[in-house]
Amino acid sequence: MDLFDFQTLRVIWWVLLGVLLIGFALTDGYDLGVGALLPFVAKSDVERRMVINSIAPHWEGHQVWFILGGGAIFAAWPFVYAVSFSGFYLAMFVVLAALILRPVGFKYRSKKEDPAWRARWDWALFIGGFVPALVFGVAVGNVLLGVPFRLDSDLRAWYEGSFIGLFRPFALVCGLLSVAMLVTHGAAWLTIKIEEGAIPERARRIGSVAAIAAIALFAIGGAMVAFGSIGYRVTGGDPFGPSNPLRSTTVPLAGGWLANYAAAPATLLAPLAGFAGALLALLGIRARRQWLAFGGSSLATIGIIATVGASMFPFILPSSIDARSSLTVWNASSSATTLGIMLFVTVVLLPIVLVYTAWALNVMRGTVTSREIGVNPDLY
Amino acid sequence: MDPGVVDLSRLQFALTALYHFLFVPLTLGLSFMLVIMESVYVMTDRPIWKEITRFWGKLFGINFVLGVATGLTMEFQFGTNWSYFSHYVGDIFGAPLAIEGLMAFFLEATFVGIMFFAWERLSKVGHLAVTFLVALGTNLSALWILIANGWMQNPTGAAFNPETMRMEVTDFTAVLFNPIAQAKFVHTVSAGYVIASVLVLGVSAWYLLQGRFKAHAARSMTVASAFGLASALSVVVLGDESGYTLTDNQRMKLAAIEAEWHTEKAPAGLALFGIPDFAARQTHFEVKIPWVLGLIATRSLHGEVTGITELVRRAEERISHGIAAYDAVERLKLAPADMKARADFEIHRNDLGYALLLKRIVDDPRKATPEQIAATAWDTVPSVPVMFWSFRVMAGIGFLMIALFALAFLLCSLRLHTRTPWFWKLCVAAIPLPWIAAELGWIVAEMGRQPWAIDGVLPTFLAPSSLSRTSLWITLVGFTAIYGVLAVIEVRLMLAAIRHGPIDHRDEPQPAPGSLPATPMAA
Repeated sequence: MDLFDFQTLRVIWWVLLGVLLIGFALTDGYDLGVGALLPFVAKSDVERRMVINSIAPHWEGHQVWFILGGGAIFAAWPFVYAVSFSGFYLAMFVVLAALILRPVGFKYRSKKEDPAWRARWDWALFIGGFVPALVFGVAVGNVLLGVPFRLDSDLRAWYEGSFIGLFRPFALVCGLLSVAMLVTHGAAWLTIKIEEGAIPERARRIGSVAAIAAIALFAIGGAMVAFGSIGYRVTGGDPFGPSNPLRSTTVPLAGGWLANYAAAPATLLAPLAGFAGALLALLGIRARRQWLAFGGSSLATIGIIATVGASMFPFILPSSIDARSSLTVWNASSSATTLGIMLFVTVVLLPIVLVYTAWALNVMRGTVTSREIGVNPDLY
Repeated sequence: MDPGVVDLSRLQFALTALYHFLFVPLTLGLSFMLVIMESVYVMTDRPIWKEITRFWGKLFGINFVLGVATGLTMEFQFGTNWSYFSHYVGDIFGAPLAIEGLMAFFLEATFVGIMFFAWERLSKVGHLAVTFLVALGTNLSALWILIANGWMQNPTGAAFNPETMRMEVTDFTAVLFNPIAQAKFVHTVSAGYVIASVLVLGVSAWYLLQGRFKAHAARSMTVASAFGLASALSVVVLGDESGYTLTDNQRMKLAAIEAEWHTEKAPAGLALFGIPDFAARQTHFEVKIPWVLGLIATRSLHGEVTGITELVRRAEERISHGIAAYDAVERLKLAPADMKARADFEIHRNDLGYALLLKRIVDDPRKATPEQIAATAWDTVPSVPVMFWSFRVMAGIGFLMIALFALAFLLCSLRLHTRTPWFWKLCVAAIPLPWIAAELGWIVAEMGRQPWAIDGVLPTFLAPSSLSRTSLWITLVGFTAIYGVLAVIEVRLMLAAIRHGPIDHRDEPQPAPGSLPATPMAA
């Protein structure tokens, strides 16, 4: 595993962290969006079943991106895993509780004909889509703002914030952006996967609004980063040393999240892709070009997540209260050995995963029709 | 650490993990039984085998989703509730969890959707292959999580790095081929196969008692008896014993299971019954079979099984050595380049964890008195009565399962299983037993590891996140409420699906008892 040195491995794993988040947002992201759209695009039971079956065979595989995200952060960025999930403790509980409703909601809803039973599971599926989409965005917003934690000399993390404290204006903008982005993505998926009729029409109406909201919220968020007092800067220590945050120092710096764009203008491609993708999604939805809409919402998702990474590098989790506790690419990783082993495993296995995911989507190709809902006993 | 936070964190982990493991073993076993049943369908082309596969597949599905739902909690709970653990050993422990996601979860979760939705879209062989990949995925996930758990029991291939204040990997192959992990994997998945076999056997027997779906039930019973017998033998024979002499903590676990307060002359006897008394350090009313324990544990006539008191003495020594290592680490914190401190650390690095045990009663282990060290050494003994009884009930059920499946196999081989109502009642009554054994198995494994989160490396009371009791109560109540409601719903849906049975029309032709066709049952 001497192919790459420690610094390169760290940067590769920073990129892979982004790949994981993007993989999650592109696949399970539209499942979350569809869940959040469920009560609004589908009114009758047949319509609801059509929407549910448009994602039912695949959402479970997609959700593994989220689980893998947890495992991979644990393996490659143990400090980040330890500090962020315990710091955002109650927010994580809310996300997990909402996500727990999804597997049971999908499976159990169809087990009884009783409308009250089905209505309850429809709400569960809505919560399972909307709440995680919102909280993930709020969490990213808080990461950008800085999180109130400090590390003691044993490198034990002490968190000094509260659950309510997470919902600051900028974090809420990020949360709503996340919802808008995933709802656009989910609406685009519904226009592809469901036969023409009332459902895609409603999805187009809501999807247009969501795409416009995504553009607006992304711009507002950008303005707050540029003109608010948001951002950090590394000020001292050996940036390529052992994974020990106490050996480096960082300070808050208003506008600090724009420094990378000035230093490397190519990074401006990330926010550009965010805006362009949302615009393409809007055009695609308006012009009834389903694949253009889905391609656009995918590009927007990639661009918006890449913008977070490009703005923050080398920061992963800045501390808002202690100059020596911020977690960066250079001080929060696993050992070079572990990063190397995990890189090898990922390079071998991830392509296989992508191949059979594509195969599975291909097996289930075609649109969900109301006729099929009536005759196919395998459907939910 | 606030001891209340430690206790609440442990309680939440125990509840969520034990609850998760109500669903996981059935997934592990039933997935492979579906492969067997569907293979028979593909080979014989008899529609009844498709109905059988789809019926058990329906129960599999109802159970599977709760395994997935509660697994989400597990994947993140190390970070949310065991933050210092995650920092301290993430360099090693995180890798198997990530590989589990990449290699196992993607496989099972991607193909499980296809398994349920693509009966009409795939060829018969194609669908069988998908079912097999689901079974492979679920079992691979057990492999990786048990490599992670095995490492907590025997933390091989890693060393403490004072520069990063954590354990780091030194030999990943040793982590993978950890003998304890391998033994645990075989033991655990076999237990899952037994659980699935007992469910299939019991539900089929219930149909026979009711006189419904006899053809489906008789065939399912045949599969369950063969698969169950092989699995029940595997659970016990290839059980957990092999690892009990590897580390001091594993030896302590064995001594606690046997309530062996002092080292006995080899070969040691096996206690069948007794009432362990920690205060008196002896077991009342003990009934022992001579030689057996020595033979099982050491595979020899002359190997000694070390007793609790001797192991405590050894722990006392290791605590004293550990203090020297702790002192060196503290000096290295202030001066990372201090070569003398580095050399001092190297001498006793393997005992560093033992010094940390003192932190329960003193902030700075270097200030501990000899009395405190002696008292702390006794902390290394897990709860002897819990270990003694959990193990005995678990092992007793294990042997009962062998007897049950041997009988089932015999009756099926003689084609007598369709006319033995007394046996059907036995099978229905046996349904809950293997679940009890599996839960007790985890209690033996994890309570037996106490006081360690990582054997000899990190005490449990240092491992939790720095949370407030209020936060923990909120999530503890929240998880209990959600899990409780879901458990009720799941059991009701399972029972409804079982009452409904494998086919929709209920007036199936009823052959007279004993007149079932003599065509191959299991082809």
